[in-house]
Amino acid sequence: MKIKIFNKTTKVASASMLVASCLLAGTAFAKDTVKVGVVSFLTGPAAGVFGVPAKQGAQIVIDAINNGTMPAPYNKQGFAGAKMNPIFSDESGGGTKQVGLFRDFVEKQKVDAMIGYISSGNCMAIGPIADELKMLTVFSTCGTPRLYEEKLRSHVFRTQANAVGDSLAAARYITDMYPNEKNYTGINQNYAWGQDSYKFFELGMKQMSPDSKGSDKPQFPKLFVGQYGTEISALSLDKAKVVHSSFWDGDIEAFTLQAMVRGFFQKKIFVSSVGGSAVDALDKKFPDGIVMGTRGNVGLLARDDKSPLNVWFIKEYKKRFNALPLGPSYQYARSILAYKFAMDKAMAKAGSFPTQDQVIAAMKNIKFKSFTETISMARGGGHQAVHSVGYGLTKYNKKGKTPGAEKVKMYGPECIYPPAGTKSEDWINAGMPGAKCN
Amino acid sequence: MFTGIFKDTSVRVLIVFMISLCVISSFILPDWMQNNFMYGLSRGLAILGLMLLWRTNLVSFGHALYYGFGAYAVALCQKYFGITDILLRFTIAVVAAGLLGFCLGFILRKYREIFFAMLSLAFSMVLYGLLAKAEFLGSTDGMSISPSTLFGLELTRQYLFFLITFFVICAAVSIQAYLRSTLGHLTTAIQDNEIRVEFLGFSVQKAIHIKYVISACLAGGAGGLMAASLGQVDPDSMVNWNVSGELVFITIMSGWGNILAPFIGAIIFEFIRTYAFEWAPQAWAAIVGGTLLAIIFFFPGGIWSIIEKVFNYGKKKDVK
Repeated sequence: MKIKIFNKTTKVASASMLVASCLLAGTAFAKDTVKVGVVSFLTGPAAGVFGVPAKQGAQIVIDAINNGTMPAPYNKQGFAGAKMNPIFSDESGGGTKQVGLFRDFVEKQKVDAMIGYISSGNCMAIGPIADELKMLTVFSTCGTPRLYEEKLRSHVFRTQANAVGDSLAAARYITDMYPNEKNYTGINQNYAWGQDSYKFFELGMKQMSPDSKGSDKPQFPKLFVGQYGTEISALSLDKAKVVHSSFWDGDIEAFTLQAMVRGFFQKKIFVSSVGGSAVDALDKKFPDGIVMGTRGNVGLLARDDKSPLNVWFIKEYKKRFNALPLGPSYQYARSILAYKFAMDKAMAKAGSFPTQDQVIAAMKNIKFKSFTETISMARGGGHQAVHSVGYGLTKYNKKGKTPGAEKVKMYGPECIYPPAGTKSEDWINAGMPGAKCN
Repeated sequence: MFTGIFKDTSVRVLIVFMISLCVISSFILPDWMQNNFMYGLSRGLAILGLMLLWRTNLVSFGHALYYGFGAYAVALCQKYFGITDILLRFTIAVVAAGLLGFCLGFILRKYREIFFAMLSLAFSMVLYGLLAKAEFLGSTDGMSISPSTLFGLELTRQYLFFLITFFVICAAVSIQAYLRSTLGHLTTAIQDNEIRVEFLGFSVQKAIHIKYVISACLAGGAGGLMAASLGQVDPDSMVNWNVSGELVFITIMSGWGNILAPFIGAIIFEFIRTYAFEWAPQAWAAIVGGTLLAIIFFFPGGIWSIIEKVFNYGKKKDVK
């Protein structure tokens, strides 16, 4: 009886496997599309100012490349000739849930690559799984330096420089512009990104301005809390005038609105390393004179940059979404560019449609032209990008009725990132040897 | 307690179901479904634990405490002792959660209804607060878990799935044995009339305490298996109040008629969520919630009541 059933099962199984292998073979050779999962926050507090603009930025570039309407050097149609079929997915729900979804993308949807991820927590969770499942993954936005400093990754790339540069550039800007302010404190979210951002800001300040002193009460509220009454009181009572914050998503908006009514920004020099998107969201309500970063030469700080790609991007974005591109829009679009660049390069080398390993080999150490500057994947074993990071003071442009920035200073990658193979913390503590700042 | 357990219809149905699930998913269904079965079966253990409590009219809104505790036990044992063996992982998760449940049980066994629910919620949020604040525990980022091994050999996903099924069968059969024992029969009696049970000479508090520990062990084991099969733990998806809520929701959705019900409910829940996420990345939560609402409206007895109607399963058991 048992043997009979087994025979039947084997028959059904072998038949279905045959069908499946035919189907699989079919998808493997006909490469006129590449299927790519694009993950960003589509629900929750980070959707409005981060996830959705990120998705929109990606959409513009994907459509332009698919149609061959992108300006040079990306004017060749398609990704290694294939059209990209993006599957947009939601990043909310925490690392564990995202890992489950990532497995679904790889095993169920059978994607060719994964692009995106905003939260550092999610990147830390996805990194090991991407290597385990051998899936080419390009992180767009997340910034924790631990991703590559804990371990080199075989299948994971990141086209966004890490938090070290954001924090060091902030410290440089403070020491350059406010050399007399010696006391600082911070308010950062209590997870990888917030902890790292403040840690490197503090390390940087100690080196650049040795007699400066960090407050013993920096604030670390939980991510996505949205209520900062007590923290604002604590910071207001603190004698430190410089307040560093790596708030992003809805938190920076909430914090700004709650702190503004209490006159916080008149009393303090507020340094925001990622707040650029909130400036656009709050528009003319956003206070002037805040030290604002956008994690690179993008978003708010790149409005006046006249590079042809940047001009095109802003124009297209305005036309399609009736808004200006924010930092995350640039970051996601940039990951798509890097992927195209590597695909085309791998195809030129292989002479036929490249395999994943060929694309990975091609993507290592590339220098690709992004919107405002050329970005090199020069760290993390050729998997981690570095680029310049700038800060400026927010200044509402009354004539153009758009938010803007003044006194912008850009710090090049050689100034704010350790040389390849050196751990950020060791490099800073050693006095940042070899740093070239202009 | 275990005598004649394999003659029990529920146990037989459960074993046949689990084995056929293994066979079908290995040979016929696409690979990705195995993940959903794995998550469903793992989570199903926690649901089974809640179902036990529910039979005594106790609803715990804080079972993510044990679920997360089991998961973090696995993560910490990997971090500090390098333990990746799946048997050890499961045992550690069950024992850790069981011990915690034993301690908290002394307080919780005195409470009923909303007080029990809220107190358990409070305890779970204490753990959540601790985990979210502690940087060495990964705070809100959590920790990643390396693939499981068995006696030093690395397990493929396939074998991991088989082992999880095996653990689930063992656990569910033990629970059925417990339900058939005197202590188990007390559960519904306590629900009907506590004072009468006391007059019969049984300690209600003791019975509830034992049940609570069993339930904690199951939730801990579920967390441990979930951690091993997902490869990641973090407080928001393992310990937060909405995880507890999700567990209660699946319990209600599954129905409490049979030891198989939690697993079927949990698997269906995984599939609903997967497809909702795929079809409507911006409104998946509404689809999941809507489905659960529909089930509660139209099938108040849960999914199990549908199965009972279709197979005429429950009635047969009553006659026996």
